[in-house]
Amino acid sequence: PGLPWPIPAPVTSLLSLAVTSEQIEHLHRRFKQLSQDQLTIRKENFDSIPDLEFNPIRGKIVHAFFDKRNLRQASDGLADEINFEDFLTIMSYFRPIEMNMDEEQLDRFRKEKLKFLFHMYDSDHDGKITLQEYRNVVEELLSGNPHLEKESARSIADGAMMEAASICVGQMGPDQVYEGITFEDFLKVGDVSAHTKMHVRFLNVDTIAHCY
Amino acid sequence: IPSVSSIVPESCLLIVVGLLVGGLIKGVGEKPPILKSDIFFLFLLPPIILDAGYFLPLRQFTENLGTILIFAVVGTLWNAFFLGGLMYAVCQLGGPGLNHIGLLANLLFGSIISAVDPVAVLAVFEEIHINELLHILVFGESLLNDAVTVVLYHLFEEFANFEQVTILDIILGFLSFFVVSLGGVLVGVIYGLIAAFTSRFTSHIRVIEPLFVFLYSYMAYLSAELFHLSGIMALIAAGVVMRPYVEANISHKSHTTIKYFLKMWSSVSETLIFIFLGVSTVAGHHYWNWTFVISTLFFCLVARVLGVLVLTWFINKFRIVKLTPKDQFIIAYGGLRGAIAFSLGYLLDYKHFGMRDMFLTAIITVIFFTVFVQGMTIRPLVDLLAVKKKQETKRSINEEIHTQFLDHLLTGIEDICGHYGHHHWKDKLNRFNKKYVKKCLIAGERSKEPQLIAFYHKMEMKQAIELVESGGIGKIPSAVSTVSIQNINPRTLPLERVLPALSKDKEEEIRKILRTNLQKTRQRLRSYNRHTLVADPYEEAWNQMLLRRQKARQLEQKMNNYLTVPVHRVDSPTMSRARIGSDPLAYEPKEDSENLPIITIDPASPQSPESVDLMSEEPKGCSGLPPSPEEDEEGLVMRVKEPSSPGTDDVFTPGTSDSPSNQRMLRCLSDPGPRPEEPEEGEPFIPKGQ
Repeated sequence: PGLPWPIPAPVTSLLSLAVTSEQIEHLHRRFKQLSQDQLTIRKENFDSIPDLEFNPIRGKIVHAFFDKRNLRQASDGLADEINFEDFLTIMSYFRPIEMNMDEEQLDRFRKEKLKFLFHMYDSDHDGKITLQEYRNVVEELLSGNPHLEKESARSIADGAMMEAASICVGQMGPDQVYEGITFEDFLKVGDVSAHTKMHVRFLNVDTIAHCY
Repeated sequence: IPSVSSIVPESCLLIVVGLLVGGLIKGVGEKPPILKSDIFFLFLLPPIILDAGYFLPLRQFTENLGTILIFAVVGTLWNAFFLGGLMYAVCQLGGPGLNHIGLLANLLFGSIISAVDPVAVLAVFEEIHINELLHILVFGESLLNDAVTVVLYHLFEEFANFEQVTILDIILGFLSFFVVSLGGVLVGVIYGLIAAFTSRFTSHIRVIEPLFVFLYSYMAYLSAELFHLSGIMALIAAGVVMRPYVEANISHKSHTTIKYFLKMWSSVSETLIFIFLGVSTVAGHHYWNWTFVISTLFFCLVARVLGVLVLTWFINKFRIVKLTPKDQFIIAYGGLRGAIAFSLGYLLDYKHFGMRDMFLTAIITVIFFTVFVQGMTIRPLVDLLAVKKKQETKRSINEEIHTQFLDHLLTGIEDICGHYGHHHWKDKLNRFNKKYVKKCLIAGERSKEPQLIAFYHKMEMKQAIELVESGGIGKIPSAVSTVSIQNINPRTLPLERVLPALSKDKEEEIRKILRTNLQKTRQRLRSYNRHTLVADPYEEAWNQMLLRRQKARQLEQKMNNYLTVPVHRVDSPTMSRARIGSDPLAYEPKEDSENLPIITIDPASPQSPESVDLMSEEPKGCSGLPPSPEEDEEGLVMRVKEPSSPGTDDVFTPGTSDSPSNQRMLRCLSDPGPRPEEPEEGEPFIPKGQ
C-alpha cells in the first residue's frame, strides 16, 4: 500500500509474520537508507550507523543478520549479503508478544527468540556454547573498558560456566567434563524472561535516525 | 488452627493495640495523646519513605514509570474530583446537617481521602509477597501521588477562603503541580548528588558515612517541605540518586549499618503510626453522620475501581506486557488509605472548616475499612485468584551476563532500525553517567569499574561468606556444587599451591608490620574493657581446635576450587573491604601445639589502616608473581573462620603443616619479635614446634 518500491512477492507472505504494513513501510525506508538504494545490504553498510559504534557487541549483532541459521536458509554458514526479505525475517524476531496467542504459539515464539540469542553466543555454529565462546562473549561485553585485564573477563566466564554446569548437570565428579551449554541448557540457565523483553517498539515511525 | 498473624496483617493488630491503649488511658481519666500532624510529617514519615526510596528496585520502577505516573497523577485526580463532586451532591441532598458544606470543602475532603497511602500499602503488601510488577505498580503509585495530594490540598484550602475562583487561579493551580513535583525531585537530586560527592572523601572516617546518607536525605525532605514542594518526592529522588555512588564509595560495614538502621527506623515509625492511629481514634472528637460516612466509603471504593479500569484500558494500549484483569483487581483492591490522610485532615483549620470533626470521623472510618477489611482479605484473595507470587530467585552471574547482553542487543537493533526508543536513551544515559558523573562522584579506581565486574565481586564475596558461615561440614549451600574448573576445562592443570618466593626485604617488611600490629593488640588486651570480648584463652579454644582443623582443611579445598578471584594490580576497594570486613583471620593449629593459647584480636583495632597497607602491598610488591596469585590472597585472607564460642571473637592459630606455602606463612608470622623483655606475653604469639 503506497510503498516506493514494488514489493517482491515473498514479502507478502511475511505479512503472516504479523509485522504490520506500517512497520514494513518504515523498515523499507530504513533498508533503503542503509543500502544506499541498492537491493541488498552487506556487512559494510552497517558501519554507516553512528550510534552502533559505542555498542560493545556490534560485531555479534551484525554477524547475526547474516547468520544463515537466523535467516532460516541453512543450518550453518554466513550469507554475504541480505535482501529486504531477510532483513524483515531478522526483525520479526523482535516483534512483541500478542495477547491473542495461544499456549503453543507462545511457546514456539519464545523458543524462536531464545534461539536467536543462542546463535549469537554460539559463534562456531556447533550447537553448544563452549567455554571459549562464553569467554569471548564476556570479553566483548567488557570491551568498552580498555584498561581491564583479560583475567577478569576469563574468571567471570569461568565462574558463569561452572554455575551453568552445576545447574544443568548437578553434581559432577572430577573426571566428568561439561562440553558446553546446549540449547536446552540455555533455556534453563539463561534469563528466563528474556523473551518478554526481546522486542523493539515501532511506535513512533517518524523518528528515523540518520546515516552518514 | 492458623495463628492470628497469618490471618490478620500486622497493621490491623497495631491499630487494635492503639485502640486498647487509648481506651485504657481514657479509662484512667487522662487525655490520650493524638497524633499531631507535625510529629507525623517531621519524624514518623521520613524514615519509612527513605527506606522505600533507598531500596527502590530501580529497574522495575523505570520500566513501569509511565504506568505508575498515570495511576498516580490521573488516578488521584480522578478520585479526588469524582469523590468531591459526589459528596457535594450528597451533602446538598443530605438534609440540614450537611447542606452548609460547600463544593470546595468537599473537593478538599476528596483530595485528602483519595490518595493511596504508602505506609499502609507497604505494611500489607510486604506480607503477601505478590509478584514484583504489581508490587511496584501500587507502591510506586502511592509514593508519587504525594505531589498531587500536596497541590490539591493547598489549592483547595486556599480557594475555600476565596470569594471567587477564577480561571486564572485554576490554571495557576495546574501549573503549581508541575512546580511542586519537579521542584521536589530537583531538590532531592541536588541533595543526592551532594551526598554522593561527600561520600567520595570519607575513606578515612568510615564510621560517620551512614550519617551523611541520613542527614542529607532528611535535609532534602525538610528543604522541600519548607517551600511547600513535595517532600516525599524529594526524599525518593535523593535516595535513588545517591545510592549507586554512595554504595561504590562506602565500606561494607557502613553499607550494612545504613541498611539496618533504615529498616529499624522504618519499622519503629510504622508501628508508632498505627498505634497512634488507634489511640487518636479513641481520643478524638467525633461527629458521626451516617449519610456522610457511608457514602464516603461507598464512593471511595467505586471511584477506585472505575479509575483503575478506565486507566488500565488506556495504558494497555501502550504496554507490551499487558495488565490482566487479575492484575487490575489487585491494583484496585490495594488502594489502601492510611495515616497521611488522617494527618492532613487533622491539619485542617477548625475556624475555616467547622465540619472538621465529621471529616476526621469519615477519614478514620475509611482508613479502618481499608486496612482491616481489605488488608485482611487480600491475602486469601491473592491465593484464590492464583496471582503470581514473588519468585525468590537469587540473581546469578549467568543472568547478569544475559541481561547485559540483551540490553546491548536491543540497543543495537534500535539503532539499526533507526528508532530512538527506550533502550537508546537508556544507553545514552549510561554512557553519560560512566563518562562524566561517575568520575566525579566515585572515589578512586571504583569509578572505572564496569557493572559486571562489580556484580561479580559482590557475588564472590557473598559466596565466600556463605561458605564460611555454613561451617563447611555437611551444610554446603546448594548453589555451590562439586563442579570445579576441571569439569569445564580439562586442559587447565591443577594450580600449583606454591607461595611465590618473597624477596628477603619484603619478608622482613611483612614481619615488621605484623609484629607492630600484634604488639599493639597485646597492649590493648592488658586493660580490661567490658566491651572487649576476651575469652579464657586456654579452656575453650582447645575444644574447638580439633574441630576447626578438620573444617579448615575442607574449607581450603573448596576455596581452591571455587574462588577464582581475578588479580588486580591495584586492589579494588571491594576486595580490600572483603579482607578487612572478614575480620576473623584464622589459622590452623599445629598438631603438637597442645598448650597453645588463643589470642583474640579486637576487630575495630586502630591498626586497620596498616592492615590495609599490608594487603595492598602484597600484589604491588611481588613483581615476580605467577599468574595464580589467588593463592596468595587465599593464604593471607580467605581462610576465614567463624568464631566458634561466644568468647573468642577472632582467633589466631597457625596454619596446617600440609603444604609448603603454609609452612612459609608460619615462618613469616611466627617471628618472635624484637621485644624479648616481655617473655610472658611473647610466648603466645609463637606457635610451638616450629
